[in-house]
Amino acid sequence: MENIIEVKNLTKKFGHFTAVDNVSFNIRKKEIFGFLGPNGAGKSTTIRMLTTLLRPTSGDATIASHDVVKKQDQVRKHIGLVAEKIILYDHLTARENLEFFGRLFHLPKDEIKRRSEKWIGKLHMTEWLNAQVGTFSTGMKQRINIVRALLTEPDILFLDEPTLGLDPQTTHMIRGFIRELNNQGVSVLLTTHDMLEAEELSDRIAIIDHGKIAASDTVENLKKRAQKENPTLEDVFLAITGKEIRDVTNGRVATRGHMHGPIRANNRVR
Amino acid sequence: MQTIFDLWQIAKKDLLEFRRDRLRLITFFIMPIFMMIMVGFIFPNQNSIKNISIGVVNQDNQSVSQGLVESIIDLKLSGDNPAFVVKDYSNIEAIKDGIKKQEISGGLFIPSDFSTKIAQSEQTEVTVVEDQSNPQISQMVNQVLVKIIDGFSGQLGQQKINQILVGRASANTSAQSIMAPIQAKLIGIIPGNPNYFEFVAPGIMAMIVMTAVLTGLAASISREKEQGTLDGILISPINRLAIILGKALSQSIRGLIQGAIVLLLAFFLFGVTVHGSLLLVALLLILGIFSFVGLGILVSAIATEQETATQLLFMFQFPMLFLSGVFFPILMMPSIMQKIAHVIPLTYAITALRKVMVLGAGFGAVRTEFLILLIFGVVTLTISVPVFKRVITK
Ligand SMILES: Nc1ncnc2c1ncn2[C@@H]1O[C@H](COP(=O)(O)OP(=O)(O)OP(=O)(O)O)[C@@H](O)[C@H]1O
Ligand SMILES: [Mg+2]
Repeated sequence: MENIIEVKNLTKKFGHFTAVDNVSFNIRKKEIFGFLGPNGAGKSTTIRMLTTLLRPTSGDATIASHDVVKKQDQVRKHIGLVAEKIILYDHLTARENLEFFGRLFHLPKDEIKRRSEKWIGKLHMTEWLNAQVGTFSTGMKQRINIVRALLTEPDILFLDEPTLGLDPQTTHMIRGFIRELNNQGVSVLLTTHDMLEAEELSDRIAIIDHGKIAASDTVENLKKRAQKENPTLEDVFLAITGKEIRDVTNGRVATRGHMHGPIRANNRVR
Repeated sequence: MQTIFDLWQIAKKDLLEFRRDRLRLITFFIMPIFMMIMVGFIFPNQNSIKNISIGVVNQDNQSVSQGLVESIIDLKLSGDNPAFVVKDYSNIEAIKDGIKKQEISGGLFIPSDFSTKIAQSEQTEVTVVEDQSNPQISQMVNQVLVKIIDGFSGQLGQQKINQILVGRASANTSAQSIMAPIQAKLIGIIPGNPNYFEFVAPGIMAMIVMTAVLTGLAASISREKEQGTLDGILISPINRLAIILGKALSQSIRGLIQGAIVLLLAFFLFGVTVHGSLLLVALLLILGIFSFVGLGILVSAIATEQETATQLLFMFQFPMLFLSGVFFPILMMPSIMQKIAHVIPLTYAITALRKVMVLGAGFGAVRTEFLILLIFGVVTLTISVPVFKRVITK
């Protein structure tokens, strides 16, 4: 089967700190790829490199066979990004936001309208189109944010914790939506700290820890690794990454008594 | 062409966002109003002269000199308030003492031979004593006193000429005693501008506009970095140049609006008139902004957080305010400071604006400043744009 994403020995260093360490994996066309790992493992950093927002220190990555460093403009045509922070302007209405971001991709106005209306109805946001995003709940913002990411009609959608902070209803709706998108042929890279969500949605899962891929397989095969009867994905995750908490203190992350390079302390707030 | 379309999208979005943000909008309008009013009060104009105590020594005490003193007492510059409260002193030393004790803000000395000399058609001299501890007030006081004396002197001259014409006075009167029978001598005066506010207004305008653009640009970029929306722009195929230029454009439009507000306030509130072409003023402001944009881009590229950007800029702005000649003429500064002043683009913008607004100069007179501002802009942009492009995807 063909790969939509190929990552080979990808590394990102911030000063002396290695956030992503020699990571290699492939994502197949039309699959949902769960990308799991503890806080600070390097998931978002990897996504930022794959979406051309961050320059890799070394290694290669291609999206739809286009190099993420050398063929940035080609790559950008194929991707959609739902990042950790919601990419919308509070003072603009939902419609104005979509128009603005659509224009950045040089889409004509009616095309932006056509593309967004398709998704907005499904996500039950039609009646809110002309309200300012600042007045929305997190769930409403995230739904518009997803529509924004889909404006390019991407082949691969990057979802960095798309259900974080959402109520069960919205979470349920968004999960269903992700599955529907996938059925229509969109490949998905999904990060989440919700093991049930990962298990429910993912065709295959990679677990990253301290910037390194610790395991990569289907949920079924991963479960065979846990020395336990009827293991959950959480059991597997803990078996692979250990039970120590990744403490962020004074700009450094401490695990297993080791100190790892400088990091940003505001790493996990929303 | 595509870049222009893209940068316009960015600028349009920024302006729309700004228009919707009530808090930012309020400060945008309040800031120049506040600045102008503050400066207007700190630096008095003639209207603010009222009930100011001055000492008068009239050693002559004849009808002519009494007439002079009366016209000082009668003078009203602001509404019904007398401009001066006149106190009598016995000699010039007593006046100086009075100033030292801050009982009076200036004094006038009329010598004992005042009337005699006028009667004999000789030129006579009065002395205005200045309170140098308060240059702003005393400058105004001096101007007003000298004006009164000149006016009074002119009247006497006319009388003299009339007398000659009807043949009642001898024709061998000195020309001086006709032209200016009373000579006002100022002592201890720094030569100043006719209206300090006219001097300050162009500087204030340039300063407000340029610092607004500078901080606005850096704040706008770092805010988008912090909120994560910049990623949404960076992930699109538009040129990085279009992003930064679009932001610069929206900030410049805002800056020009603020400049217009300052100008209107100066005109309606403080009676400052623009003697030169308004078009040239606008052009100079645009060029001034252009000279600053590079610096703004550089700061916003380097600073990851909004707060850092603001602080970094404050470091530039603070010395700039004092060195660029907004408040005092650069020529009055020590020579090292003058040299520093000449590497600050704001200095040139202000000098040029002052020439146009106060002196009514045309393009020819500000050509040098024009060129220097242009060079500043081009140089800083050629440095900062590649840095921005490089830093934005670390
Ligand atoms: N710009 C940066 N400068 C320095 N360190 C950084 C930077 N961005 C990320 N890091 C550090 O790199 C490490 C990986 O961060 P990353 O955001 O990729 O983690 P993550 O797996 O997404 O974690 P989370 O589950 O908390 O989102 C963290 O220790 C983080 O603090
Ligand atoms: Mg993350």
